[in-house]
Amino acid sequence: MSAFARAWQSDFAWSFRRSPVAVVSFIVVVVLVGAAVFAPLIAPYDPFDPATLNLMNGFSKPMEPNAFTGETFWLGTDDQGRDVFSTILYGMRISLFVGFSAVLFAMVLGIVLGLVTGYVGGWTETIIMRIADVQLTFPAILVAMLIFGVAKGFTPVHLRDEMAIWVLILAIGLSDWVQFARVVRGATLVEKNKEYTQAAKLIGRRPAAIMFWHILPNVMSPVLVIATISLALAIIAEATLSFLGVGAPPTQPSLGTLIRIGQGFLFSGEWWIILFPAVTLLALALSVNLLGDWLRDALNPRLR
Amino acid sequence: MSALVSVRNLTRIFDVSKPWLNRLIERLPRALLKAVHDVSFEIEEKTIYGLVGESGSGKSTIGKMIVGLLPPTDGSVEVGGVNLFTEADPARVAKTRSDIQMIFQDPYASLNPRWRVRAIIEEPVTVLGGDTGGLAERLLEQVGLSASDAGKYPHEFSGGQRQRICVARALASKPKLLVCDEPTSALDVSVQAQVLNLMSDLQEELGLTYLLISHDLTVVQHMATKVGVLYLGRLVEEAPREDLFTSPKHPYTRMLLEAAPRLDGFGRQVDPPRGEIPDPINPPSGCAFHPRCPLAVDRCKSEPPQMRDIGQTRVACHMA
Amino acid sequence: MAERVLRVADLTVEIPTRHAVLRPVDQVGFDIAAGEVLGVVGESGAGKSMTGNAVIGLLDPPARITGGQITLHGERIDNLPADQMRRIRGNEIGMVFQDPLTSLNPLLTVREQLTETILQHLPVSKAEAEARALAGLEEVGIPAAARRLDAYPHQFSGGMRQRVVIALALCAEPSLIIADEPTTALDVSVQAQIIALLKRLCRERGTAVMLITHDMGVIAEAADRVAVMYAGRLAELGDVRDVLTNPAHPYTAGLMASTPLAAQGHHRLNQIPGTMPRLDAIPDGCAFNPRCPRVADKCRKEPRPRVEEGDRASCWFPLQEAVA
Repeated sequence: MSAFARAWQSDFAWSFRRSPVAVVSFIVVVVLVGAAVFAPLIAPYDPFDPATLNLMNGFSKPMEPNAFTGETFWLGTDDQGRDVFSTILYGMRISLFVGFSAVLFAMVLGIVLGLVTGYVGGWTETIIMRIADVQLTFPAILVAMLIFGVAKGFTPVHLRDEMAIWVLILAIGLSDWVQFARVVRGATLVEKNKEYTQAAKLIGRRPAAIMFWHILPNVMSPVLVIATISLALAIIAEATLSFLGVGAPPTQPSLGTLIRIGQGFLFSGEWWIILFPAVTLLALALSVNLLGDWLRDALNPRLR
Repeated sequence: MSALVSVRNLTRIFDVSKPWLNRLIERLPRALLKAVHDVSFEIEEKTIYGLVGESGSGKSTIGKMIVGLLPPTDGSVEVGGVNLFTEADPARVAKTRSDIQMIFQDPYASLNPRWRVRAIIEEPVTVLGGDTGGLAERLLEQVGLSASDAGKYPHEFSGGQRQRICVARALASKPKLLVCDEPTSALDVSVQAQVLNLMSDLQEELGLTYLLISHDLTVVQHMATKVGVLYLGRLVEEAPREDLFTSPKHPYTRMLLEAAPRLDGFGRQVDPPRGEIPDPINPPSGCAFHPRCPLAVDRCKSEPPQMRDIGQTRVACHMA
Repeated sequence: MAERVLRVADLTVEIPTRHAVLRPVDQVGFDIAAGEVLGVVGESGAGKSMTGNAVIGLLDPPARITGGQITLHGERIDNLPADQMRRIRGNEIGMVFQDPLTSLNPLLTVREQLTETILQHLPVSKAEAEARALAGLEEVGIPAAARRLDAYPHQFSGGMRQRVVIALALCAEPSLIIADEPTTALDVSVQAQIIALLKRLCRERGTAVMLITHDMGVIAEAADRVAVMYAGRLAELGDVRDVLTNPAHPYTAGLMASTPLAAQGHHRLNQIPGTMPRLDAIPDGCAFNPRCPRVADKCRKEPRPRVEEGDRASCWFPLQEAVA
């Protein structure tokens, strides 16, 4: 049997195939991520190249030829004549990039702190976990806004727009590490008392080696589940921040920025400018979240 | 014959108090648990020393202190003349560490589920930077598995096979002393027989010394050369196997032997032992066994008995 | 012979899985009389707990009974709806499990749990129920029972907790008790106490007991008859003294010989080669044939003979002739 056939036969793949929700969510995620990654190839226009923009194309309705230029845009255009479909593809790139990076950052930070607090214990544990508890009492978006504000204050003015994306990643990542740390710490507390860890200690392995080589591989499955669900939350957090105007700059609009731009035209009848980015955001967040839910059930041995 | 392991006045106290804030508010004193209390014994080279006791007897704690996983509160452990916790020379520490290995109770928890068998078995040698070419394959065959098992993961094996893998890992660094903490308690009888036979064979072949920790008297009776009986962290009796099982001196040992189920005990009317194991945080005064002891006199309540030699037996009882 | 309390005939339990239908209990039959202790012994995976769970109607889905009958006092109970079965479980069948904490509610005192159970199952007044609860605790040997009635389960030691569970199992005066590894988690000295207690109560009240354990020593001490299980099937069934001293099935013989007690100073223990087959790979013919020293062609092909009345072992070539 080839490796692929074996994987296809595994219980994991089987439970995936049996769950229509998981299959549909997976397809939606793959299509959306693929569209975002290959945006420059797919998008009919480059919405950020002023040379290709024609103000005359502004406010074109979806699927209808523009009254002045006769051009047709699938999902219409915004006030500056940018193709909504293309802006969504590019916006999704930003949203996904920020989401993935923030979760990766939160995951690495949370894993390291979770392993250390769980394995070492003592004062290190008390201090780090108290910070985590305090942070949990505030809504994540508030923490992210606070960190975003502080970090922006430290960025030189001329770099602010350039750095905005990175500051956003830092802010969302820092607001989300607690979940990872708590789960990893809990799993570490269990694993460190298992006898294989004792066996490693016995032969004189150092704590760092035990944490990294022995414990980490055994605490990864809950981390993966949280990472998936966090990804959905991070995408929404980014959209929220951008919607509030403290996230991605207008020069690099994310889905949230697009929604913010679009809501200005909602009451003047240009519904497509806000609707399509919003639906995309919804589809993306929902399918990632549902995929995470399925993953949690599939990896939970008690529900097998 | 010389002693490979010498345990002197070993004591271990655990702080099981609540956090200090709770203690302050609830006006509780510090709670100290004396898991091991002034235990001394020696293990001769190439013998099997059996340590028996019920829960709370401190037998596993002693095992952990001997392998160096847990520092003693008081007293000392020397293996081959080296005390792992006070030895200054790192080379001697490393050498002694590789002389001591352990086999654990739960074969499901003692192998890292994410590692391949080869890596698991070779780890004790890898960590010392030794040569591991073909080592795992050779050891697997020695413990009755096949060389091709080296590439598999632990979940592909049954409990008994996993325990064989644990034995293979323990042998990798060519140790002198194997501390076996309830090595067969999690196994079925027929599998237990396979593992015990393997342990006997290896001991003869390689000249190993075992410390066999178990609650199961039958296993200890079958394997051990010398047996120590623990009660509430204290060594109450130590004797060569034959002496202990034919003429136990301490009333606790007698009670244990009497209470153990027997294969020919059809319809046996045992007088079940009195009482239960006391709370180790507040052990009884004097001899810890006196509240359950059929022989207890007033002296037992106040004066802790000292170890005495009676023939080849050492026993801590006023009445023995 | 005393009245037959429980009768299990041809009981089969199946678990449908993705790849195959597993059969953890395969055509098992035995009965238990009033005042009798039937020991059910076997290694892990032999199906002994599954058999007990089937009798009390507590199989975890997707496992289900697919064949045979279970009768209690002559009435079938294997096809009853869940709510009727629940009543029978409290009234007619008491249960004692390995971990006493699974049978006790940590949030209720022992008094509350006992009186509630009694009121549910017996037509008595509240005061009468409380008196019975106290009597129950005293009967299972809990010192200062009156004072300990208001304690919570976590305030008892392991052995005392198991006594409370036994009191709880007995308080509705069931005619059958199913004890699944009741002493496995306990120390040797406490185990002896609990076994003595179970034996005494069973004798005094005429309760039938199904004692499930892996420990041959416990069986020898406590059981009147013994059923040896292997790979979901009954290997041997008979009087405990006969089965343990003169086993008829080669598996029983191997099992007895592999206990350290049986070695009696011999250097090596007798070992049965191989391991119990997994449920998805039970061999054709007799399930024990790949490990059996007496195996012949017949054992590999023909379906095993079943343990019927009079026949002790499910074996083509038993070590002992059947005792009629």
